[in-house]
Amino acid sequence: MSARQVGDIILAVDDISLAFGGVKALTGISFDVREHEVRAIIGPNGAGKSSLLNCINGVYTPQKGRIRFRNESFAQMSPHRAAVMGIARTFQNLALFKGMSVLDNIMTGRSLRMRSNLLWQAIRIGPAQREELEHREFVEKIIDFLEIQAYRKTPVGRLPYGLQKRVDLGRALAMEPVMLLLDEPMAGMNLEEKQDMCRFILDVNDEFGTTIVLIEHDMGVVMDISDRVVVLDYGRKIGDGTPDDVRNNRDVIDAYLGTTH
Amino acid sequence: MLYRENGQFKTNYRADQQIFPILQDRIGIAIVLLIAFVLVPLTAPEYLLRAILIPFLILSLAALGLNILVGYCGQISLGTGAFMAVGAYAAYNFQARIDGFPLLLSLLCGGLCATLVGVAFGIPSLRIKGLYLAVATLAAQFFVDWAFLRIKWLTNDSTSGSVSVAGLQIFGLRIESPEQKYLFCLAIVAVFALGAKNLVRGAIGREWMAIRDMDVAASVIGIRPMYAKLTAFAVSSFIVGVAGALWGFVYLGTWEPAAFSIDRSFQLLFMVIIGGLGSIMGSFFGAAFIVVLPIVLDNLPYWFGIPVDTALASHLTFMIFGSLIVFFLIVEPHGIARLWSTAKEKLRLWPFPH
Amino acid sequence: MGFFLETLLGGLMTGMLYSLIALGFVLIFKASGVFNFAQGSMVLFAALAMARFAEWLPHWTGLSNKFLVNALALLVALAIMIVVAWLIERLVLGKLVNQEGIALLMATLGVAYFLDGFGQVLFGSDIYKLDVGMPKDPVIVLDKVLPGGVLVSLEDLIAAGVAAALVALLAVFFQKTSTGRALRAVADDHQAAQAIGIRLSRIWVIVWSVAGFVAIVAGIIWGSKLGVQFSLSLVALKALPVVILGGLTSVPGAIVGGLLIGVGEKLSEVYIGPYLGGGIEIWFAYVLALLFLLVRPQGLFGEKIIDRV
Repeated sequence: MSARQVGDIILAVDDISLAFGGVKALTGISFDVREHEVRAIIGPNGAGKSSLLNCINGVYTPQKGRIRFRNESFAQMSPHRAAVMGIARTFQNLALFKGMSVLDNIMTGRSLRMRSNLLWQAIRIGPAQREELEHREFVEKIIDFLEIQAYRKTPVGRLPYGLQKRVDLGRALAMEPVMLLLDEPMAGMNLEEKQDMCRFILDVNDEFGTTIVLIEHDMGVVMDISDRVVVLDYGRKIGDGTPDDVRNNRDVIDAYLGTTH
Repeated sequence: MLYRENGQFKTNYRADQQIFPILQDRIGIAIVLLIAFVLVPLTAPEYLLRAILIPFLILSLAALGLNILVGYCGQISLGTGAFMAVGAYAAYNFQARIDGFPLLLSLLCGGLCATLVGVAFGIPSLRIKGLYLAVATLAAQFFVDWAFLRIKWLTNDSTSGSVSVAGLQIFGLRIESPEQKYLFCLAIVAVFALGAKNLVRGAIGREWMAIRDMDVAASVIGIRPMYAKLTAFAVSSFIVGVAGALWGFVYLGTWEPAAFSIDRSFQLLFMVIIGGLGSIMGSFFGAAFIVVLPIVLDNLPYWFGIPVDTALASHLTFMIFGSLIVFFLIVEPHGIARLWSTAKEKLRLWPFPH
Repeated sequence: MGFFLETLLGGLMTGMLYSLIALGFVLIFKASGVFNFAQGSMVLFAALAMARFAEWLPHWTGLSNKFLVNALALLVALAIMIVVAWLIERLVLGKLVNQEGIALLMATLGVAYFLDGFGQVLFGSDIYKLDVGMPKDPVIVLDKVLPGGVLVSLEDLIAAGVAAALVALLAVFFQKTSTGRALRAVADDHQAAQAIGIRLSRIWVIVWSVAGFVAIVAGIIWGSKLGVQFSLSLVALKALPVVILGGLTSVPGAIVGGLLIGVGEKLSEVYIGPYLGGGIEIWFAYVLALLFLLVRPQGLFGEKIIDRV
């Protein structure tokens, strides 16, 4: 549960429909997210959860519907635009830059804030050097926070999966986002790793007030840390409310147990 | 034992970010620079300078430029020869048409013209990648080949695109003897290598590598693929253009479009692959390899006492090149540079096995 | 008008020859997702083998019947290409399976260089004649309709016929035979194909052999027309724009693309060339491909390329 006071609506998804050729990924999805809250999206596999996240930050463009973020309404979003507006995300399959070290991967998260031009960077004295050091300090704070100091120069490809997930989170955090979209951040982790990840997520929400939207399969985690939950099944919304509301929702129970509709 | 980093702790980020953080490396590079700038010009025979070191330096520079595009940013280009040609001919035009135009400025302007052409032909990279982009860059190669042959204005109205320069000088110093040419190229290459290294370890370098590794994720973080790709093409073409101008002015003296044909493009690509994609040092390794190999192959039979005619030698060179490319791709896709850093890793532990 | 028709026909014929080489590209790409930069070198190698064996066999066996000698040389060349295919699969492709496309592309470039050198070491580097009994004299048609008639090369017509027959043969092969089905399965999904018991390495040897056969046919036709020489493998670079236009995965696309490029080149050289100083043939095909890439990267008949996150 978020320790902060939950604020006004920061994200409103309005009647989103998305189809790939003949496959309908999402149909008429509407819900909202309030500032500072932890909102979970759950549902069986193939329900469209990742597609929904992809629509929110512009990787996919829905055929119908609009997205309202912080008083601006969009029919079309681009990933770059989303980043500029303060939306960061992690990926289910880890989209880390395999050729770079942990430090460099997280540093890429600072790209939006790096201003110096090519010429200064080539000479690397003066503004470019100062900027590089400034951002290095910020990134080191994130590295401390995620407890991955020992690995900062290691190429990410060599790290175990759990640590790679932390780097993915670190890179998103480096963007100093207003809203963080997490796509199955705890997939493939053992109990200890999950506890660490929960701790990190709640700390981020607590300290920086970052709004969290996360897709998660572990019901224990969902019930524990989220303020409100959205349930998807076959691309449609079948539940929306607090964890308790959703836990007792007949449709949700049917969806998970696989009763034919 | 020799290569231990013990005791070399960094107490601030600035120290941690040096190009050569290990003391032994700094000593090593100092020795290399000393040899290159002082020992070689004083003692090297003319043949070594003229036929090996000067082409090595200039081609290293071109390979460096190509490596930025292909190795760091992951955009394939088969049109490098064309950009070298643009650099060479543009520099020639500045030098020949404007009286008293400084040499260095001609070279840089040549590079800038190459940049414009490079960015123009890099625009397709915003929509296509891989093999398709390779074909697009081939369009650049063949179009430029034709342009310098047929468009008289571009070559200052020379016949068949053949031009020449003479009497090079900088700040009153002549650049005529092999030693002078060598030092001139060395200075330029050293400056560009430093600049390139700073770029690739800085913010833009990270953007390039992000685009190379996963461009969708890069845009999600806020990196603009368009900016990153076009700057890669721009910087790369600039360096390649200057290299082309050097090739024409300093090495060849007189040249025509065929000096920058598709064979040159393939040759540079081989240098970058064999030397190591995504490595500044790799560009030098690759260039050294490609420059030295044909000479070794030409002379090897004589050293062994077996006479081999030149045609056969050139066919064998083709075969060996081809097999080496395949060999490197299978065994060490990151090229000689990776072999070098693996050796250094082993050296850190030496004489212990692990 | 007659001149226009001649230029058009000339372009169509050249285009047909490009298509033959492009067919090899498409075959290999369809089945293994590898773009074979070495196709041109394979054409040269095959043609050299054919030309030289046609020369040597009479000396070795005393045969003098031209048809028999050519047929035998063809069989020898085919056998050689199968061995080459097998070697490429074992030594190159098999080892690079899990690397990205750019590595495979570079590897085929390496193979191209190797074959170029090797072919000339084995078979020599002069220009060789390839005589398969093609009629060399041109024929005048339509002389009742147009004044002077239209000059047509019988040799080119036969080449076109052969190419068409080859395409039909390949189409039947892919659609009707079980090996063809297996090839299509492999092209679709390597892992799924393996899961149902298809041996990838065997398939790839078959595909590269078929491509080798196509290379022989292309080599014979080109070689008979131009003489077998090193520049043949450079001509093959032209096949790249052809497959871009037609679509990397489409056999009919290779034909249509080839014809378009061939005609486009000839017509643009004749009618636009003089304004630009001539010689625009060297870049026309590539610039056309470039324009296609900007507008429709999958070509006329290829499958749309989707980038999934």
